[in-house]
Amino acid sequence: MSTDSHPSIDEDVDATELQELRERVAELEESVADAADDAGGKKMTIIATKGTLDMAYPPLILASTAAAFDWEVVVFHTFWGLDILHEDNSRNLKLSAVGNPNMPMPNALAALPGMDAMATKMMRKKIDENDTATIEELIDLSLAQGVDLQACQMTIELMDYDEDDFYDGVTTGVGAATALQHMAESDVQLLI
Amino acid sequence: MSSEYDTTETLDVKGQSCPMPVVKTKQAIDDLEAGDVLEVVATDSGSMSDIQGWAKGTNGVELLEQVEGEDTYTHYVKKTD
Repeated sequence: MSTDSHPSIDEDVDATELQELRERVAELEESVADAADDAGGKKMTIIATKGTLDMAYPPLILASTAAAFDWEVVVFHTFWGLDILHEDNSRNLKLSAVGNPNMPMPNALAALPGMDAMATKMMRKKIDENDTATIEELIDLSLAQGVDLQACQMTIELMDYDEDDFYDGVTTGVGAATALQHMAESDVQLLI
Repeated sequence: MSSEYDTTETLDVKGQSCPMPVVKTKQAIDDLEAGDVLEVVATDSGSMSDIQGWAKGTNGVELLEQVEGEDTYTHYVKKTD
């Protein structure tokens, strides 16, 4: 490509314009440096959709840890994820024995009545023995650290829950638009 | 076990696993003053990498040293501002 047809920079940009551009570049460089310095200023939004005992852990562990990094954290709980915030249900989250090939039993056996309860009991025993934090502890920790735990209003009504059923400090009256707004502002967005 | 730091406070998270060592370290640091050094005693081997990553990504803290003992992992974290 020939550059002959383009006017030269000297002809096209006058001194004032050049000075303005230089100032703008300096300004932008400064803001980039500020952003890089501000390691703690990140934001994360997690959408929590699952309500089994095993799937309740990842959102809460990531949320409480991100809060320890001074990140601003929002966890939007929808569908079965809502049970994590439901005071009674969160203490009785269950594990499914079916559909997990890593379970030490074939699906045909795992589907028998009582197998989910057994798998849940085994998991709870392990959690207890390992001194792994309980779901309730992680919720308290997250709230104490300023994590915004949100309960999807549509799901609250769909499941016939009451706003008082949730832990104190849980945000209700929010929907998809709120979640999207937080996701758009976030450095990290996760669907769990 | 001895260290060359004047530790202001010791946090015992022995027996606790992820995410507790990091989260409790952060909470303990919040209660200290700038210049204070927190000693964190953990048994979770993951705390070596986790506390390091946390200190790197968090403003106002500096990881001074990590000591791997026989059964424990001890971390020295300074609050810088």
